[in-house]
Amino acid sequence: MFRGIIDLKSLWLIGAIFIILLILPPIIPRFYTYILTLIFVTALLAMSLNLCVGYGGMFQFHHGVFYGVGAYTVALMLTKTSLPVWVGFIAGPIVAAAVGLLIGWFCVRLTRLYFGMLQISLGSLIWAIAFRWYTLTGGDDGIHGIPMPSLLSSLNSSYYFILIILVICLIVLYLIVKSPFGRTLQAIRDNPERCEAVGVNVRRHQLITIVIATFFAGIAGVLFVVLEHSVFPDLMFWVLSLEAFIMCLLGGWFTFAGPVLGAAIMISLRTFVGIYTEYWTLILGIVLILLIFFLPEGVMGYFLEKFKPRAKEVVERSSELNVAG
Amino acid sequence: MLQVEAVDKSFGDFMAVNRANLTVGKGELVAVIGPNGAGKTTLFNLITGQLKPDRGRITFKEEDISGLPPYHICKKGVARSFQIVNIFPRLTVFENVQVAVLSQQKRSSNLFRPAQNLAVEETNSILEDVALSDKIMDIAGSLSHGDQKILEIAIALGNEPELLVLDEPTAGMSPEETFATMGLIKKLASTRGLTILFCEHDMEVVFSFAQSIMVMHQGRTLIQGKPEEVRRNKEVQEAYLGD
Repeated sequence: MFRGIIDLKSLWLIGAIFIILLILPPIIPRFYTYILTLIFVTALLAMSLNLCVGYGGMFQFHHGVFYGVGAYTVALMLTKTSLPVWVGFIAGPIVAAAVGLLIGWFCVRLTRLYFGMLQISLGSLIWAIAFRWYTLTGGDDGIHGIPMPSLLSSLNSSYYFILIILVICLIVLYLIVKSPFGRTLQAIRDNPERCEAVGVNVRRHQLITIVIATFFAGIAGVLFVVLEHSVFPDLMFWVLSLEAFIMCLLGGWFTFAGPVLGAAIMISLRTFVGIYTEYWTLILGIVLILLIFFLPEGVMGYFLEKFKPRAKEVVERSSELNVAG
Repeated sequence: MLQVEAVDKSFGDFMAVNRANLTVGKGELVAVIGPNGAGKTTLFNLITGQLKPDRGRITFKEEDISGLPPYHICKKGVARSFQIVNIFPRLTVFENVQVAVLSQQKRSSNLFRPAQNLAVEETNSILEDVALSDKIMDIAGSLSHGDQKILEIAIALGNEPELLVLDEPTAGMSPEETFATMGLIKKLASTRGLTILFCEHDMEVVFSFAQSIMVMHQGRTLIQGKPEEVRRNKEVQEAYLGD
């Protein structure tokens, strides 16, 4: 299944990181375990968004809505019904994907910026529903104290649960990106008109991508509830969608793991800068400006470019150097 | 094989294509010529579905294809290249052609198999035919203009078309490159059994390669015939050749 799509060196690196993450929780303070878990949840959100943005070239401006829908679905099912917990866990992503299908069905009829604008307006509608419908969603108070099975009640156990789900999701996303579907998706990003001319139904392909991405955003939403035991309308607010978008750009939207790195940087910044100032959005703006000027390909893109150029380019560059020398 | 009958297309008040007619027989190499703005590209866009005709009929192998979306027409066996380079700039040369081959094999929606082991032979054979095999790992956007135009044709071949529509395949090439490219196209036509419809500015190229020539002027079809007939035609001489 993986033959030829991952090299041994990256596999060792990933394995090492995974093992370190496995042994960390008992050693580090509780607060850091919490931050790491939050990074995992957010990383999955950013990764799912990047399927649309980096691989599909779609301006998925309001991805947070699907995160929120996943979270609210599981929250409502756990508090208002007596269905087993796992039903809620499965329903979260499915409802998110269904909403993704509905919104995406309209959005793929438009291109570029118009796509993004329509998505913001349709997404804000859903936010407004969550915000206003007091009797069901608790309005701006949200829903708190969502009961979790005893297996997931401690922070450490939810840390491991979320980590493992994240790893599984990343593997599946990686396979999707490397599949013919993913390759065709990248071709659509580069040139949708040409893609139609080689026989690809571009709109359908984009819609399937949105459904997949929103499904994973729904999973991230469920994981958020596992971590926080609560939901609130801010999960669907456009600021969160913007942050997720910046995570993709910051980490490197043309790299696979970039958004994970972007999420780690953003969450750390928000947490540790938040200690000194309440003007987090100001910091966000500065980050964005620096990013545009100095790292147009993102942090991950920058390092890949610097340390791991394609084999052929190494040859070309070294021959250039030889000529120059 | 391809029949265009009295097709119209206007943009606002401007009639870009006005009662155009065109016949392409199986195995033929047909050229469309005409001065800038004569409607050649618009006509090609109508044939391959990027635009929908206002009136008239386009049939391919006795089947009405007028107004179908591009991906539909492509599946019927009509592939095309574009006048302005139209490739996937961030993908490698190999991936550019592979996307078309995967689409042809109806594998574009396959989610759980690594793409890099699929359609490799077909893709490599096309790249060999067009002499790009030494550049397969290059990023397409970094190729020279001439190579990008060739890649453009290679992508079209990935769909295993019966009819290949080439919109100015040699635009922006030097005279030597132009003749080399036309030679390549002719070779491809015979080895792969393709029917080719192309348009071109260089008269020398058109008259030495095409078996049938259609002349367009202000959106209308002046004449379609063998090169000698077209050369002798009074109207064509006045409107286009100017001598």
